[in-house]
Amino acid sequence: MGLDIESSKKIVEEVLEAYPQKARKDRQKHFQINTEESQSCGTCALKSNIKSRPGVMTPRGCSYAGSKGVVWGPIKDMVHISHGPIGCGQYSWGTRRNYATGTLGIDNFTAMQVTSDFQETDIVFGGDKKLEIIMREITEMFPLAKGISVQSECPVGLIGDDIEAVSKKMSKELDMPIVPVRCEGFRGVSQSLGHHIANDAIRDFVLGRAELAETGPYDVNIIGDYNIGGDAWASRILLEEMGLRVIAQWSGDGTLNELEIAHKAKLNLIHCHRSMNYMVEHMEKAYGIPWMEYNFFGPTKTYESLRAIAALFDETIQENCEKLIARYKPQMDAIIAKYRPRLESKKVLLMIGGLRSRHTVGAYEDLGMDIVASGYEFAHKDDYEKTFPMMQEGSIIMDDPTAYELEELAQKLNVDLVGSGVKEKYVYHKMGVPFRQMHSWDYSGPYHGFDGFKIFAKDMDMTVNSPVWNLIPKKAKVQKEEASI
Amino acid sequence: MSKDRLELPDYNTLFSEERFVQQRENKKQFEAPCCEQETAEALAYSQTAEYMAKNFDRKAVVINPHKACQPLGSIMAALGFEKTLPFVHGSQGCNSYFRSHLSRHFKEPTPAVSSSMTEDAAVFGGMSNLIDGLENAVALYKPEMVAVCTTCMAEVIGDDLSAFIGNARQKGVVSEDFPIAYCNTPSFVGSHTTGYDAMMKGILSYLYDRSGIQAAPGSGEETGEKLNVLLGFEPYTGNFAEIRKILDAFDTKYTFLGDHSGNYDSPATGEYEYYYGGTKLADVPLAANALATLSLQKYTLKKTQEYIGTAWKQPVTALSTPLGVTGTDRLLEAISELTGLPVPASLTEERGRVVDALTDSHPYIHGKRVALVGDPDLLIGLIGFCLEVGIEPVHIVCSNGDVEFNEVKFKDEAEALLATSPYGSEAKLYIGNDLWHMRSLLLNDPVDLAIGSSHLKFAAKDANVPLVRIGFPIFDRHHMHRYPILGYQGALNLLTLIVNTVLDELDRNNSGFNYDLVR
Repeated sequence: MGLDIESSKKIVEEVLEAYPQKARKDRQKHFQINTEESQSCGTCALKSNIKSRPGVMTPRGCSYAGSKGVVWGPIKDMVHISHGPIGCGQYSWGTRRNYATGTLGIDNFTAMQVTSDFQETDIVFGGDKKLEIIMREITEMFPLAKGISVQSECPVGLIGDDIEAVSKKMSKELDMPIVPVRCEGFRGVSQSLGHHIANDAIRDFVLGRAELAETGPYDVNIIGDYNIGGDAWASRILLEEMGLRVIAQWSGDGTLNELEIAHKAKLNLIHCHRSMNYMVEHMEKAYGIPWMEYNFFGPTKTYESLRAIAALFDETIQENCEKLIARYKPQMDAIIAKYRPRLESKKVLLMIGGLRSRHTVGAYEDLGMDIVASGYEFAHKDDYEKTFPMMQEGSIIMDDPTAYELEELAQKLNVDLVGSGVKEKYVYHKMGVPFRQMHSWDYSGPYHGFDGFKIFAKDMDMTVNSPVWNLIPKKAKVQKEEASI
Repeated sequence: MSKDRLELPDYNTLFSEERFVQQRENKKQFEAPCCEQETAEALAYSQTAEYMAKNFDRKAVVINPHKACQPLGSIMAALGFEKTLPFVHGSQGCNSYFRSHLSRHFKEPTPAVSSSMTEDAAVFGGMSNLIDGLENAVALYKPEMVAVCTTCMAEVIGDDLSAFIGNARQKGVVSEDFPIAYCNTPSFVGSHTTGYDAMMKGILSYLYDRSGIQAAPGSGEETGEKLNVLLGFEPYTGNFAEIRKILDAFDTKYTFLGDHSGNYDSPATGEYEYYYGGTKLADVPLAANALATLSLQKYTLKKTQEYIGTAWKQPVTALSTPLGVTGTDRLLEAISELTGLPVPASLTEERGRVVDALTDSHPYIHGKRVALVGDPDLLIGLIGFCLEVGIEPVHIVCSNGDVEFNEVKFKDEAEALLATSPYGSEAKLYIGNDLWHMRSLLLNDPVDLAIGSSHLKFAAKDANVPLVRIGFPIFDRHHMHRYPILGYQGALNLLTLIVNTVLDELDRNNSGFNYDLVR
């Protein structure tokens, strides 16, 4: 089935009417309706990875969020300094749910806020001296910390601090890796540049610095899985059951050592391509390690991915893969048999970061749900090129959509479920539209792999079919439109 | 529904399964982890007095602080006014953090926009961002006022808000008479409470100045006799309702200056409105004619109080959050003094009922040693409540406690208050310290209860102390902010929270003999 292309176009036009001319002209370039043409053309017209318009309520964050919040923060045995004023570290403290083993504050430093808490004097005289003392104090407070990263907040880059020099000096003095990361929030247009900067820092300061005692033909890395609610664990178990040996997990539940030895793998498996593609490309060039993107959301995509991964190895692995699928398939079929009838044809609008807006489409489709619109906060052109073919005709693809646009679209498309973030969530509760947070899994998860799909299906059913929505009167306008159909 | 129940273990139980236990064991070979003995030793060391001494010796690093930055408070202040859109001038990521942080606490939307400044704005300044931003924000979100605050980026490069807003008007993106209040909120000064104060003062002074009204305090001109009431950075929407109930019982007229309880407790009606409730903009200049102003967060609202006292020439009675019976008594006395009205009988009766409840529960709370964490005004209220019921504050951490009111430091006032009661004799205040210090305190000098925000849960867990969630932010429990903690009703709610935590602990830790049906 498909959606009506013309009516989707009209809906987008109507939504954008509210904008002043200059902003409307810009925003028009960030929408595209999925047609046969756009699915096949290599260069879609949709604009992405450019500046957000001021004042429109963009969902985007900043470079610091991309580096500290996404890439570096989950490395559990290093201490990550939020370097600058108090806020950034406070707001990103423990909110992403990147699970890790270990004892918090002893050998695991993930859900903590370690900061230089800049005061006016630090702005005036610079924070380099203070940063040195902080690093010494960190080794006193956390004797088992394996390394330190410096996550720069906006002022650091504006006042001319030399965190590179401090890191170099202190790395020698303290005899541990200290990684300066120039992820000041004003750099770039979203979290995305922060991912890139964080990747470069891994490349320049960590990768290749340790060896693996024994290597084997089945050594792989999981790249770009942040272990939200345990995602990476639910993924790793499948690869291991298939006979592969996961030598590094980047970066959810990850360690400094795993960053250092990853270059010894035979294959890089990348889940969140957007945030870590820079590293797999670097490892391909520098170490000749091939990489492939995989998708562990929903059984259809998971089967496909497992087989594609197995195809890169020998028959033993391929046989294991088929056995694995045969073992899990009945469980997956039971889940679909239970939940699909309850979710069939429900309309979904997604707006997530840089991956899940396309990667979760298959999981929704396994449950019979229709993605009518999907958008990203910070995707690039290559992400959109991969998105169009995954979506049905007539669906709306959007880049960096504003709060206003999403609210209007959700109503005009009369969706049954919105999947986005905490800033969006409560708006839809007012409207009576079922909503799931798709960054934090709404404090549930994991959603990856076969274990994850069970939870995903249960959660979507719970939210779409909760009787609480029946207590909210449907908006009068929507009822009228329904009646006229 | 239960007939075809499937086994669906999630993050709570899934990873306890044997296959995941093995996975974790196997993963260790790639982690180069510290050996178990090393970890055990480091854990044991972190619990010692020796470690605590080093911990308190820290000069520079801040670990798990209990404060946020200025613009967060500014957004809350802006959302206390009718149809007002908070506008954060600077990097856009800050705004997303503020919106998320506030929404995680209130479980409500936080409408706010940013001027999305990037590297070029760092070089050339953010004027065009501010101008474009105002044009877009007003077109899309149709506010009746925009309230601009700044991120540290805009502060460091020295953007001039007043000039930029003037230029925006000149360019015609907003009309000359469209209200735009503003304040500077550098994140490297003070905390979220400082930012609340800055925006509150910014909005009051802006709306007053543009009205052309000359304050005639006490005249009640156009409005009748009125009291202005400010609650400050108030994480409890229920506290607004409680104050309203109290003032209505007095049968006095009043104006809340800043009331975000509409925005942060709005109904699910099937439609989203962006703006709910708040102080009417037109009421602000009229508030200058009120009899007096009552502030309920005297440390938070320092500059706002000074402004009202000088520019509006109004008597200002400033209290800390009125918690407990004594705190509420003082609040009622203050209202009575300011309005000349007697304390209503209904409140006196309510007081009696709450005191009755306190007498019922005293055996379980008397002598309980507690640790407290919070903003200065909340702590003054909490200390007062503890002392009046026989709870003994022991460790009191205030990360943003370097503040004063009427030239008295918060620390001095808190210590003086503790000195009034034998139950305060053990207490020690830690100003500017953080929750990693608190962890050492809890481990080295254990208490019965920890009282504070969700952020205290880590230290409380490490020290195996039950946590009573009071303050901001509360991310991991639902709806607590919808119930008041101030006033007599609030005292009852605080008591219920605390006594039932104690009783839960008694049951949970029962020896087998003392699992009593009646307590």
